[in-house]
Amino acid sequence: MSPPIDFVIRRRTFLAGTAAGALAAGLTTQAQAQSQTAKSPAGPDTTTVRLTVNGTAQEVTVDNRTTLLDVLREDLKLTGTKKGCDHGQCGACTCTVNGSRVNSCLSLAVMHEGDEVETIEGIGTPQAMDPMQTAFVKFDGFQCGYCTPGQIQSARAVIEEIRAGIPSHVTGDLNSEIQITDEEIRERMSGNICRCGAYANILAAITEVAEQGTAGEDI
Amino acid sequence: MQFNTPAGQNLFDDAKVVGKPTTRIDGPLKVTGTAPYAYERHDVAEGQLVGYPVLATIAKGRITSMDTDTAKAMPGVLDVITAPEVGEMPSPSDMNVAPLFGGKEIAQYHQAIAVVVAETFEQARAAAAKVQTEYEVDEIGSLDLQAAWEDVMDDRSDATRVGDFEAAFESAPVTIDKTYTTPSHSHAMMEPPASIAQWDDGKLTVWTSNQMIEWAQAALAKTFELDAEDVRVDSPYIGGGFGVKLFVRSDAILAAQAARRVGQAVKVAMPRPMVMNNTAHRASTIQRIRIGATRDGQITAIAHEAISHAMEGGSGENAIGQTRQFYAGDNRLIKMHLATMALPEENAMRAPGEAAGLMALEIAMDEMAEELGMDPVAFRVMNDTQVDPEDPDKPFSERNFVECLERGADAFGWADRNTAPGATRDGDWLIGHGLAGAYRGGPAMASGARIRLTPQGQVIVETAMTDIGTGSYTILAQTAAEVLGVTAEDVEVRLGDSSYPDSAGSGGQWGAASSTAGVYAAAVAMRQAIADHLGKDVEDLSFEDASVRTTDKQIPLAGLSDTEIVAEDSIEFGDFRSEQVVSTFGAHFVEVGVNAYTGETRLRRMLAVCDAGRILNPITARSQVIGGMVMGVGAALMEDAAIDTARGFFPAHDLAGYEVPVHADIPAQEVIFLDTLDPASTPLKAKGVGELGLCGVAAAVANAVYNATGVRVRDYPVTLDRFIDRLPSA
Amino acid sequence: MRSFSYERAVDPAQAAARAAEIPDAKFIGGGTNLLDLMKLEIETPIHLIDVRDIGLTEITETEEGGLRIGAQVTNTDLSADSRVRRDYPVLTRAIAAGASGQIRNKATTAGNLLQRTRCPYFYDPAQPCNKRAPGSGCGALTEGAFSRQLGVIGTSETCIATHPSDMAVAMRALDAVVETVTPNGMTRRIAIEDLHVLPGQTPEQETALMPGELITHVVLPAPVGGQQAYHKVRDRSSYAFALVSVALIQQADGTGAVALGGVAPKPWRRAEADAELPNGSRAVMARLLEGASPTEENAFKLTLAERTLAAMLKEG
Repeated sequence: MSPPIDFVIRRRTFLAGTAAGALAAGLTTQAQAQSQTAKSPAGPDTTTVRLTVNGTAQEVTVDNRTTLLDVLREDLKLTGTKKGCDHGQCGACTCTVNGSRVNSCLSLAVMHEGDEVETIEGIGTPQAMDPMQTAFVKFDGFQCGYCTPGQIQSARAVIEEIRAGIPSHVTGDLNSEIQITDEEIRERMSGNICRCGAYANILAAITEVAEQGTAGEDI
Repeated sequence: MQFNTPAGQNLFDDAKVVGKPTTRIDGPLKVTGTAPYAYERHDVAEGQLVGYPVLATIAKGRITSMDTDTAKAMPGVLDVITAPEVGEMPSPSDMNVAPLFGGKEIAQYHQAIAVVVAETFEQARAAAAKVQTEYEVDEIGSLDLQAAWEDVMDDRSDATRVGDFEAAFESAPVTIDKTYTTPSHSHAMMEPPASIAQWDDGKLTVWTSNQMIEWAQAALAKTFELDAEDVRVDSPYIGGGFGVKLFVRSDAILAAQAARRVGQAVKVAMPRPMVMNNTAHRASTIQRIRIGATRDGQITAIAHEAISHAMEGGSGENAIGQTRQFYAGDNRLIKMHLATMALPEENAMRAPGEAAGLMALEIAMDEMAEELGMDPVAFRVMNDTQVDPEDPDKPFSERNFVECLERGADAFGWADRNTAPGATRDGDWLIGHGLAGAYRGGPAMASGARIRLTPQGQVIVETAMTDIGTGSYTILAQTAAEVLGVTAEDVEVRLGDSSYPDSAGSGGQWGAASSTAGVYAAAVAMRQAIADHLGKDVEDLSFEDASVRTTDKQIPLAGLSDTEIVAEDSIEFGDFRSEQVVSTFGAHFVEVGVNAYTGETRLRRMLAVCDAGRILNPITARSQVIGGMVMGVGAALMEDAAIDTARGFFPAHDLAGYEVPVHADIPAQEVIFLDTLDPASTPLKAKGVGELGLCGVAAAVANAVYNATGVRVRDYPVTLDRFIDRLPSA
Repeated sequence: MRSFSYERAVDPAQAAARAAEIPDAKFIGGGTNLLDLMKLEIETPIHLIDVRDIGLTEITETEEGGLRIGAQVTNTDLSADSRVRRDYPVLTRAIAAGASGQIRNKATTAGNLLQRTRCPYFYDPAQPCNKRAPGSGCGALTEGAFSRQLGVIGTSETCIATHPSDMAVAMRALDAVVETVTPNGMTRRIAIEDLHVLPGQTPEQETALMPGELITHVVLPAPVGGQQAYHKVRDRSSYAFALVSVALIQQADGTGAVALGGVAPKPWRRAEADAELPNGSRAVMARLLEGASPTEENAFKLTLAERTLAAMLKEG
């Protein structure tokens, strides 16, 4: 049953193959014309930034265009933080800035003066893993491993965000304490895509760490 | 080692390591961000420069001019290498359909046409935007698959036939005749294609992300007209592939071209918005299925005819393959059509053929069961076959499909399912249950390995096998450990380097079965080498507790030799294997909720039962299956690489536009592995599961949506817009 | 991405003045959409003015009993504010339905309002798009184009893009007011319904803001009470833009407000449709979507909008 809405299907235009081509070429030309007359920056296009990464003070002079992700991966050689899409669509670049998880691909390095950044390398090493890393290995919370550092960054943050009372899309009553449920974890982890499909195992890993944390009350 | 007869009783039947749940030996590296992926290997070459691709913005035609002057004058830019100036290069292989780089001709949207080399990523990207290209554009022709289908659907020349389908279908008391569509799919692996290339004295090294090292080495050698031994490919960690990294992609060609030009190492990663059109995809299909049966449910006639689009020279999505062998039926008709279209390259994606084919066939089986008034489990059980329906003299080596269905039905509580549309409701949600059968071949490929025993007793396995998340590192360690009497932790596994012995690589779900057999062969050779070193007969030795036992003493592997002992061998599969059908089977059961108002569909639980021979490692095998199930949920409910039929490209070409499942889409998942062995498959009696996990899942979901709502959707993905106007009022 | 220079603003008025002084300058807050677009050279500022640290990160109470939300309050902080949760739950619900946890931690209130469409033709610089390259045509309105996600109402023959925000839809239902500072230091109040403008013949013009004008706050009126809900419909369960979303505020007497997301170039609400709320979803949508002009691919959004509201109104 369709709604009693008064509407008209919008007319579309036809595009012949050659016209499409001419258009594409024309657009390219237009972009070129624009680029020839592009203005220069209004000031210096590099900046020296001081920030702390995994507890170590760093000073880097960056092209202003450099993202936090690329500073980590290219300048500081901290390649544990991954570039999956570079557009905030996958979560592989998730790291922690001043205690809050963000997509480092959608953040300019110049905007992190004085910030404390934590990457996967700051959490644990193969010889001394963080409990979340241990749980990911135990429950096989990954396959190819490329999204994994971002998943682990988010996993740790998700437990803290729930404990801090930050509501999510699936939170029931907005005005009472939020429980750590499967549904809450899944929703809050949804900004981290795993194409290998390890989601169920990641949930198991997070759940174990969350329960341990509750028991020990020291996380 | 030749594998010429079915495996008899062997050490794997009394295994201590193989088949035991073992967490990944590469796990600690992956979870700490220390496993090195292609683009981030700062240590392998000095002074790496950055290459940024420039891609064509037309679907078909040719370049008439490229102006790179502005780009070359940009800060930090060393050079711009264009396709017209490079000229046509040899095609990397006959498996690459689209040209990757070189020449003026444009065969697909986002074909690579230049690479800008600069000191930094930011500089290269900015300069790439300044490259100016003019095209002469060809008519792209029709991209209307439906129209192409209508043109050819009655052409049955060269169809695969058994018996007389038409007559049997005509006379069958119960029939269905339905048409289904599946859209194009994108692999959408998390790591974009990426390569670092360096030339040294005319020799090329490429650090890349590739599933098939030997193929990649050969492809690069062919493209750059080198001897294969002058090309080294290294790909130890691969951030997902699902088929798109079976073949060399343009990142490797661009990096190698650029590195040769500038005389320095160059790295290239394909930016995400370019990946979907530049690389490859699973082609969309239209599939007509006709089934005729006796009133008691015996299939007497089955026809599966399909069309898929394909690039000139491409092979499309072979949706009909599984129907040749999955179900019984004396009269059969199978026909695949290709419609040549000016779309980006279609190529293999996880379970190529079966993934799309079972999306249709397993709805059709349900529709037929309903027509017969039969339970869908019972209907499938009744039509099981233990021989190839096209060649009844050819048995299946091992087939336990019926057990998959029955075990699954029992574990899932199928008997308590919703039985009438709309009859089970949970608040605003209509609850439905669905199942589907799964079928995928169990191929094996020759695979080699080298094993080193160090004076310290360390066992090192080297093979050009790859681990794309499948667990190769771990199962190869387990295999070597089993044969040499050590623990998996004692074994170091080195993969992905073309300087190691050729291996099966990762594709077609042949990797695990083949490469473990190859390591077995090498480990047997190592036993012999140790026997030779000790001057003993290998039959008199046993290997356990990191020691060799002779009749009178126990010699630890550590200190066994002052020098490294090296042994190498490969497994080769004899013709006997193809005298039977070696395949894998499964059954998927799902419960969905469909919002009675909006038509939103959400999974509530999933179960897979798999019959794939010996399960080498239940942890990693289970991960393969649940991962396939997730991809199946994507195919059922959201994945759609929609085509702009005016311009010949996929407009929604990033991870926001092409939706794949997220955490919130995936419910509790259970996997049951039948305790089966397939002696015809490999010495380990194992087969793959990586693609089986995907096969049939989408149809199980579609069947559950029907069960919940009473609305049958035959077009994927089963999004709400396809049925909201047919939903009963809430 | 083009080269640009960068400065940190010291206060809102100075930021606005600087922006007016430098042609092609842009403000940056969270940057989650701006940076995304700069990488594709869809946005090409030559100068960025960082406005995160100019005193706009507080949520304060107004004399009228409402809330004044600093433009740089993050989406997470706004959704989690106890006053918002208690008195404006539709806003918390809408924000939590958008993007991902990571993006909400960074995205700001003003940035969310000013984010640009996710139309795939807008996002591919090689394709025609009147919004990105005025006069080049609308890629989505060609026969054979992909338009399933795009707008059904308020669109024009030049552009059928939607505004992608969830937060703004709730703010529209709440009759929020946007406060700005202009380059000459004046403050201005703009009703949220007037902030976004319809494409008409100039789809590149998306808001009523003048060059250099900076959003400083969003003011919510005193709490309106009622039952508040936000239902976002999408293909996957999370981290996706809406096919249709509905913000609903319903009073005990059946009156209230309905705003839609995912259907129009701006949060979509009509007073005459609100007036039909006591008469049910069909009556509301007959008014709210009257004159719609969907494509064949997205006409389903009309039915979907009605059924979504029916679900929220618990119509049997």
